[in-house]
Amino acid sequence: MSTTTVLYDHPGPRARVRNAVLSVVFGVGLAALLWWVYAKFDQAGQWEGSLWKPFAEAPTWTQFIVPGLRQTLLAAATGMVLSLAFGILFAVGRLSDHRWVRVPAGVVVEFFRAVPLLLMIFFIFYGVPFLIQAPVPAFWSVVVGLTLYNGSVLAEAFRAGIRSIPFGQSEAAYAVGMRKNQVMQLILVPQAARAMLPVIVSQLVVLLKDTALGYIVAFPELLQRGVNDLAANRGNVVAAAIVVGAIYIVINSLLTTLANWLDRRTRRQGFRIPKQAATPDSNPAGGATVAEPQG
Amino acid sequence: MHVFADPTNLDAYLSGFLWILKLTGASAVLALVLGVLLAAFRVSPVPVLRGFGAAWVNIFRNTPLTLIIFFCYFGLYSTLGLTLSEDLDLNNFWLGVVGLSVYTAAFVCESVRSGINTVPAGQAEAARAIGLTFFQTLRIVILPQAGRAVVAPLGSVLIALCKNATIVGTIGLIEASSVMKQLINDNGDAVIPIFLVFAGTFAAILVPTGYFFGWLANRLAVKR
Repeated sequence: MSTTTVLYDHPGPRARVRNAVLSVVFGVGLAALLWWVYAKFDQAGQWEGSLWKPFAEAPTWTQFIVPGLRQTLLAAATGMVLSLAFGILFAVGRLSDHRWVRVPAGVVVEFFRAVPLLLMIFFIFYGVPFLIQAPVPAFWSVVVGLTLYNGSVLAEAFRAGIRSIPFGQSEAAYAVGMRKNQVMQLILVPQAARAMLPVIVSQLVVLLKDTALGYIVAFPELLQRGVNDLAANRGNVVAAAIVVGAIYIVINSLLTTLANWLDRRTRRQGFRIPKQAATPDSNPAGGATVAEPQG
Repeated sequence: MHVFADPTNLDAYLSGFLWILKLTGASAVLALVLGVLLAAFRVSPVPVLRGFGAAWVNIFRNTPLTLIIFFCYFGLYSTLGLTLSEDLDLNNFWLGVVGLSVYTAAFVCESVRSGINTVPAGQAEAARAIGLTFFQTLRIVILPQAGRAVVAPLGSVLIALCKNATIVGTIGLIEASSVMKQLINDNGDAVIPIFLVFAGTFAAILVPTGYFFGWLANRLAVKR
């Protein structure tokens, strides 16, 4: 934050008065805005106790929110594990010495990064059943979609991570007589993985948010159960959306805090990988950062 | 390819992607204005504004976009009666733009703020030393340099925005992903070609956009 405070002088008496006046002016403006929102809600009868009371009753939580949250977390966890495997596999594939491995791996990663996740999920949920002549469960269409997209993003992150490891490491490994696979498995991937830990955790936030897309294919996750189904029963869609939104915000804030803590820790240990995925040529999607905003 | 030989399907395909482009364009402008404003708030000397900016970013960055778009429709429109246009499609369009903009603005804000952090402290110190006020420092010295540094991250935000625009299909706007879903349901024998055409169109729009922003970022980079 030192750079931001450098933008203005330490306030003197006049600046302090001005800041105080501005604080009051904007504070009043903000309060007016909040009051306007409150009044609009009031006008629409959204502060009625009957709309908020369900959140004080056990069935709301045991039948709607908690089961929904469990599905959300389950999909996110499964998606994360599979994405990690996918990411490592394709990162190593793109760094392969063999053109026939490197090029297809690159095409797959670039393709899945460019396709909207919702399009993937629709294809898996509505299209694949025509191909395999059997329905695909909503859970798996969400998880597979998440894996392909986030796995590709992680693959790019891992690749940047592996490439940022000092050359001396692999040279030393070759010098002691290791083979290519051994260098990758024993030297490069473990170091990259540790340094990529913050990136992995922040990708988990993206993944967790993206599980909400499951609502569109009727997967009973938090948005489906906690807002859509609950509101269908109690008619309190605004209240339900606010409560569920708060749950998402709390979980994601905790994950972000964890990622920042891990980031500080790895930085302190003097070995760190730049958050921006490396050089422009390694990253054709315009230096797409790892924490891409997704639904 | 027989699916796209049918003029009705071809029209649906084109109008689907037209909606995506319109959503992306309108939301990009709004999100950019809002995001830069929020970033200015977050570095300002007024605590109330800093708090407002931080709250905005934390709330919208951590909420799923699907929930935000859902709320725009079922909350703002159905329950609170906010109508943005008499035309049903246009109303859904603008509700979608509102949702996409407030969400994307949080990411624009964070990109711009990290761009401000890349400007060396000496620049701001020099600006203050010659007597520029906070707004002058920001407008004349800091933001122009920060703007060049954030071209690449903003490019990624734009690409993500374009992909996220498909989520507006949830509230009944027949954009590309909804068209694809419909075509798949109607043409079970041509599932893979349909998917490849839609995915390929997205790739054809977004991959060059990515290269363009990469090139632009290199060209505009401040050489230090």
